[in-house]
Amino acid sequence: MRVLSIAKRLIKQLRGDPRSIALMFVAPVFVMYLLSTILTSATKTPNLNVISAPDAYVTKLQTLANVSVVSSEKIALRNLNDKSIDAYIIFNGNKPKITIEGADPSITSLVMNTLNKLSMNSASQKPEITFLHGSKDMGAFDSMAPILMGFFIFFFVFLIAGVAFLRERISGTLDRILATPLKRWEIVIGYFLGFGMFVSIQTIILQVFSVYGLNVPMVGSFWAVLVINLVLASGSLALGTLLSAFARNEFQLFQFIPIVIVPQIMFSGIFDLRNSPAWAKILSKIFPMTYGAEALRDVMLRGKSLIDVKYDVLILIGYALLFLMLNTLALKRYRKA
Amino acid sequence: MSYENVIEIEHFKQQFGKFVVLENINLTVKKGEILGLLGPSGSGKTTLIKAIVGMSEPTKGSVYVLQTKIPSLAAVSKIGYMAQSDALYEDLTAIDNILFFASLYGMKRQEARKRADEVLELVLLKDEGKKLIKNFSGGMKRRLSLAIALVHKPEILILDEPTVGIDPVLRIEFWKEFERLRKEGVTIIITTHVMGEAEHCDRLALIRNGGIIAIGTPQELMKQSGENTVEGAFLYYGKEGEVKNI
Repeated sequence: MRVLSIAKRLIKQLRGDPRSIALMFVAPVFVMYLLSTILTSATKTPNLNVISAPDAYVTKLQTLANVSVVSSEKIALRNLNDKSIDAYIIFNGNKPKITIEGADPSITSLVMNTLNKLSMNSASQKPEITFLHGSKDMGAFDSMAPILMGFFIFFFVFLIAGVAFLRERISGTLDRILATPLKRWEIVIGYFLGFGMFVSIQTIILQVFSVYGLNVPMVGSFWAVLVINLVLASGSLALGTLLSAFARNEFQLFQFIPIVIVPQIMFSGIFDLRNSPAWAKILSKIFPMTYGAEALRDVMLRGKSLIDVKYDVLILIGYALLFLMLNTLALKRYRKA
Repeated sequence: MSYENVIEIEHFKQQFGKFVVLENINLTVKKGEILGLLGPSGSGKTTLIKAIVGMSEPTKGSVYVLQTKIPSLAAVSKIGYMAQSDALYEDLTAIDNILFFASLYGMKRQEARKRADEVLELVLLKDEGKKLIKNFSGGMKRRLSLAIALVHKPEILILDEPTVGIDPVLRIEFWKEFERLRKEGVTIIITTHVMGEAEHCDRLALIRNGGIIAIGTPQELMKQSGENTVEGAFLYYGKEGEVKNI
């Protein structure tokens, strides 16, 4: 009953603070939209200059890239220097010589891919490629979207839960409610439920926006993804309130972000860790975000069911329970009983 | 079973790290008395109060409230506590603040509503119940804090500097209320800097140098010290610097 009093009070309090609510609901959507714009607008065709090439070669190349023929290497070099082209190809007799700008590896590989395609086109034996999951049209954003979505839920929930609980302490109200017969776990669970409601709304908004607004690939079930996201958010909610117990003010709470939050996204599978040192792999196994990312990718990109990812989900639930218990213990600093 | 001593503190010591705030405190508070805790800031008044409310555990010694060893949630539910700083939810109305705390003491909703109106009237905030706390003045917040401390009809009232930032007229109202509660058998412990207030207390405990340097009725203290004001007595005992029992 007292648990519900705390939850109800939190909801009432937040309702009186529309700006925080707006931030909570709008900010993750905004950031997700920005990232999708950046990541899907990457260049698909390179800009090339060609010098003294056979006509057939130029025609074929024009189907794959923006090609202009220039008269001398000097002009091409100048174009390369002012970055209006990505590479130029000069023919010395039959042999093409390629010079690439080279400062941006993604553009370099784009040029290389284009030239590879060119030589493949000319070969009579073109391999047939099929995809187990995804497709050849899947871009960087599509493959990262499940992780990014999970991460932003994790991050914003952490921030808001952490700050709210901290405020309770700074304002002295935590001390005050600890001078009532309220049990420590009742505070922790009350907070969890009260914020849980807002977090659920936030999660649903971001998920609906990602799936229907940004059209990220979604092979699996919407509900399975929602379950994973909510479990992930629960863990983050519990972690936020737990860590706020060790911060004296907002600055100290924010210092946890580079230590606790940022590595989670780096080690969650957004970068390939196969060849990383053992400690990096161990670290990635410690972070809850890794399990959330894995489960989200499995469901959204590979169409797996909740049963297939049950271990990831169970580990996430375990983390949430662990953080809640630690939080109850951490409150002992403020009252013994 | 009737008991006289509502609060019993024995050989109490409180230490934070290496810093000893209070040592060898022995204190009993009788039912229905107003005990004033006097002492310079930093002398440990709030530390003692937090030990009675059960927010800290004594390094040594024991604290009993209503024959129950503290910390105890059962004993805490019989205590009304007003902290030194107003611990109120700024985004809630006065009534919602009271109802929230009432529910933490396990009061039923209807009972709590009735009681909320009563305590608001007691602290002269009847017409401000629906206002948000962020629009309250300092004095109004202090009054609401007192209302919240009273909401569950506690047997013991512990007030940490209740009249700080309150105008003299309202201070008199507060004290009228304290005296009325005392007649009902409520035991009150109050900390204050204001010597004029101290004279209203049944007994005074002067805290200094980590101990109770003097304890007794205001008259006793003045007589013992040969001063004719409480302030004079306080300064006199401060000079002596040693713990006396009267």
